[in-house]
Amino acid sequence: MDLVESYKDELRLIDRPWKGFWVGLLVLTLILLPWFTGEDLVYIATLVFIYSIGVQGQNILIGYTGQISLGQAGFLAIGAFTYGHLSRAGVPLLGGLLGAGLVAALFGVLVGFPSLRLKGPYLAIVTLGFGIAAYQLFTAYEFLSGGRMGMIVPKLKPFFGLSREVSMYYFTLLVGLCFTLLSYNLISSYIGRAFISVRDNDIAAEVLGVNLTQYKLLSFAVSSFYTGVHGALYGIFLGFLDPQMFTFLETITMFIAVVIGGLALVEGGIFGAAFVILIPYIFNEYKELVPVIYGGTVIVVMIFEPLGLAGRWLKIRLYFRNWPFR
Amino acid sequence: MGSLYVLVALGIVLIYRSTRILNFAHGDMATMGTFFAFTLLSFRLPFYVAFIGSLVFSGLLAILFYFLIIIPAQRREATLLGQITLTVGLGMIFQGVIVYLWGTDSKVMNFPLSDATVWKVGPVYLNELSLGTLAMGIIGSFFFYLLIQRTRIGLAMRATSENLPAAQTLAIPTRRILALAWGLAAFLGVLAGLFLAPALLLDPFFMLEPFLKGFAGAILGGLNSLPGAIVGGLIIGVAESLTGGYVALEFKNTVAFLIIIIVLLVKPEGLLGTEFKERI
Repeated sequence: MDLVESYKDELRLIDRPWKGFWVGLLVLTLILLPWFTGEDLVYIATLVFIYSIGVQGQNILIGYTGQISLGQAGFLAIGAFTYGHLSRAGVPLLGGLLGAGLVAALFGVLVGFPSLRLKGPYLAIVTLGFGIAAYQLFTAYEFLSGGRMGMIVPKLKPFFGLSREVSMYYFTLLVGLCFTLLSYNLISSYIGRAFISVRDNDIAAEVLGVNLTQYKLLSFAVSSFYTGVHGALYGIFLGFLDPQMFTFLETITMFIAVVIGGLALVEGGIFGAAFVILIPYIFNEYKELVPVIYGGTVIVVMIFEPLGLAGRWLKIRLYFRNWPFR
Repeated sequence: MGSLYVLVALGIVLIYRSTRILNFAHGDMATMGTFFAFTLLSFRLPFYVAFIGSLVFSGLLAILFYFLIIIPAQRREATLLGQITLTVGLGMIFQGVIVYLWGTDSKVMNFPLSDATVWKVGPVYLNELSLGTLAMGIIGSFFFYLLIQRTRIGLAMRATSENLPAAQTLAIPTRRILALAWGLAAFLGVLAGLFLAPALLLDPFFMLEPFLKGFAGAILGGLNSLPGAIVGGLIIGVAESLTGGYVALEFKNTVAFLIIIIVLLVKPEGLLGTEFKERI
């Protein structure tokens, strides 16, 4: 489409002036949002930001590297409870988040080891087993999970004289933006291209000099780092943790978010997160039917738009850019 | 319990072998069928009517899903991951419908066999229900074996899963055969569900765990091997009850999955699976 003259041009995220304008406008809207809307919308938006981090992480693993993983709930739980323990030990907020991410990444590498030999459904079942094992360990050992009543996690202290909800909103917005920027840069770098080549054909990738072991493990580590941070933020957001929050259903929700949002598209993570949060919120009055709506949308999206919501968004943008030509 | 996992695993392997799709809706399909049987029973119909009715109902449901959703998706060249996701979506729809129609509270299903009748054979205690389950597992697997290995339909099914274009050239109606595979798989799942319902309580999520175990058994035995599914399902069942009895009840599931991880690390294609070969 565009003329790329050097590698530096290729790496640029904002490749035309209007794009910078739109992104700036979007961020500005998000910053000003709490002044114009009610508290429940701020609450929902905060949740979307938190989820978009984890979903982006899983998208790096599932969408870009092509390793089907069903252990998200396990990584979420590890991240959340690590944060809980760290904050009890007096570690400050950012240190706790980093710690949660790192511990989850460590387990990600452990789970990633089977991925060196297993493919597709076989890997899915191993990671699924990990998710279930993590859930059961947290349920069985009370010193890990703080007992049946759950673990109390200190909520975020309000800053700049804002209310607690609004400061949590800004904090998650900031973290979410950082991670989004990180994933864009990761994907357009050498590492991202290595991930994509592993997905498309791992043997060919290895022949071309991509160290398969390293990059598969790296992909697991990065994605579980994201998921761990997601778990920690979720803990801060709710103020308490309980192993029951990290069941197989949570895994399915994240998986659906990745697929509906759009595989192998960074925007997909955000769209997917917004989808899985907004649908239960909008259809609050028909709670029993939420899974039906989820499932129905999944089927419709997969049949008519395999690239997900973000793929549709790209097509709409392309249409308007080329308008009136087609 | 092991024989139930065998039935579930057989259903999953059947679908995987013929269409390369992992069916995540398998458990929910079975739940749907079992609830259908429950409804028929609550109309005071005799048990065998409900039994056959629910089997046929769920088989038709699965065939319908194949024709209405999987085929249009394949026409649009959906990826494999996309098709797997379709089954996840279907599972969620079933779950929602079940919760909507029957509510979330647990129900007790009437069943001709009960687990209160206990016989003592040597040092082991056996109850009527688990014996019935065992018998059902064996009979089900046996008839299934006959169908696959000894009939023309079975031959067509094997041919279709072996090489789809070649089967089409030989005038095998592959689409109908694949639909039949889906129907049969749902059939097996409901069979497991019907025998499981009296042992547990009937609620919308009662098949989730057996489904995961059956899934694990299928993987353990090798996803493209039907005997593998039987072996895998039995191993999972035995391993689980042994840890439940001798180690700790909480780790029942964890140990089952640990075994799978270890087996897969040594033999990535499952115990009886065939090795995958790949080309660039």
